[in-house]
Amino acid sequence: MLDIQNLHAGYGQMKVLQGIDLNIQQGEIVALLGSNGAGKSTLNNNISGIYEPTAGAILFEGENITGLRSEQVVQKGIIHVPEGRRIFPNISVRENLELGSYLRGQKNRKANLDRVVGVFPRLQERFSQLAGTLSGGEQQMLAIGRGMMAEPRLMILDEPSLGLSPLLVEEMFGLIQDLNKTGLSFFLVEQNVMQSLEIADRAYVIENGKIVLSGNTDALLDDPELKKSYLGV
Amino acid sequence: MEFLGLDLPSYSWQTVLGSAISGVFLGSIYALVALGLTLIYGVLHIINFAHGALLMLAMYAVFFLWKLLGLDPYLAMLIVVPGAYIFGYGLQRGVIGKASHGRDEIILLVTLGVSIVIENAALFFFSASERSVLVPYDLDGIDLGVTYAVYPELIALGGSLLITFALWLFMSLTDTGKAIRAVAKERQGARLVGINVDHIFAVTFGIGTACVAAAASLLVPTYAVHPQIGYLFVLIAFTVVVLGGMGSFIGALVGGFLIGVTEQLGRLYLGESMGVITISVIFILVLLFRPTGLFGQRSG
Repeated sequence: MLDIQNLHAGYGQMKVLQGIDLNIQQGEIVALLGSNGAGKSTLNNNISGIYEPTAGAILFEGENITGLRSEQVVQKGIIHVPEGRRIFPNISVRENLELGSYLRGQKNRKANLDRVVGVFPRLQERFSQLAGTLSGGEQQMLAIGRGMMAEPRLMILDEPSLGLSPLLVEEMFGLIQDLNKTGLSFFLVEQNVMQSLEIADRAYVIENGKIVLSGNTDALLDDPELKKSYLGV
Repeated sequence: MEFLGLDLPSYSWQTVLGSAISGVFLGSIYALVALGLTLIYGVLHIINFAHGALLMLAMYAVFFLWKLLGLDPYLAMLIVVPGAYIFGYGLQRGVIGKASHGRDEIILLVTLGVSIVIENAALFFFSASERSVLVPYDLDGIDLGVTYAVYPELIALGGSLLITFALWLFMSLTDTGKAIRAVAKERQGARLVGINVDHIFAVTFGIGTACVAAAASLLVPTYAVHPQIGYLFVLIAFTVVVLGGMGSFIGALVGGFLIGVTEQLGRLYLGESMGVITISVIFILVLLFRPTGLFGQRSG
């Protein structure tokens, strides 16, 4: 589905990604693990067209999407729910969701809106409230809901558990699994290693802009390197 | 009558009310000029120094449509407003956006530069002399009892209210309107739902320019056109925007009326030249007690 080949990217003189190879198959949950500053968000922003890679290629269903603008990437069905949520604080929850289908999924807006509030009944209660007044957990629901409005084929979730209580994190990961069962593929970027590995099919570990480890999650859970660096055991 | 040690002339309530009403008419134009300014500030976070020059340019367009084609200034709105939208869109996308590289302090200078270019081009091509449109109905009107309102004043008031309302509807109900408001606060989030931010910036600038062109149509029947006319209105419009709260539509409307009425009452009591000072006094007072303006929200 998504195939990233030898991707290099950075900001100005600073090289962040130094040859990333990564792929996601249809229907998979693939986790990307790594510490702060390893290049996780940079990779996401280059996939979603916020930045343009300096070298390498990104293929989506065989089509080269390297360097496309963000609205073109959205049009393809790759929806990036960013770190920090990036919801629109000054407009209502409902309007936030409606703008989720600004470009893609316009036709089925009404049905998708019903589907999203079916998944997040809390959002319906807050429909006319300004999104900036929501709690952190509600904002994360809104960010994912807004992403769902665009009828994604691949959803990139950047640190969805950040700032959430353990209970909400549990809920969030359950939700990702549920959505995955409906056929939606996920690229899950997380610092929450244990729980990510539990729900993901495969995982990649990124360090200093390079993939240092990858494989099925079962195998990774037994990997002594990973255990030492990320699980502290 | 004495007030703050000043010996003010006494007037009948009819005179005062009449003066206040003419202030409402004047204020409606200020509001419309301020509307475009506050929209552009609210979304692009830029103080558009070119706003006055664009007002002047639109007034010339209305004037020449009347002079050359005999088109009524109000009908000219049908041409000037869409034309201004396209001009504003192109100006933002092709010049201001490109030259500024997204840095606010550069945008400020670029809009200032644009205004200087437009004003001097107007001086060069149109000369500094004043030109007036003569419409057959400019002195007809309705007797309101305390004052006599001419049709251009009534149309200006009605037009301003209607345009403000229409713009509010557009911003509330359409996807483009919602996208404009979304981009105002969260640009990266907007990109990630597929909003072309550069396009929305240019649309916003286009709408702001269209507002000022509508104001031009409403102004031309009562004001003579000359290359400096923009300054007169835009300085006051800046005051209105800050007074009403940067980025607030309702603030622009209320601020416009407040300034218009203050100015007219100031003129009545203090005379032509001193009267304008009352605007600054009101302005300073409001900012002392409400630094974000009457309807402004704290940023952040």
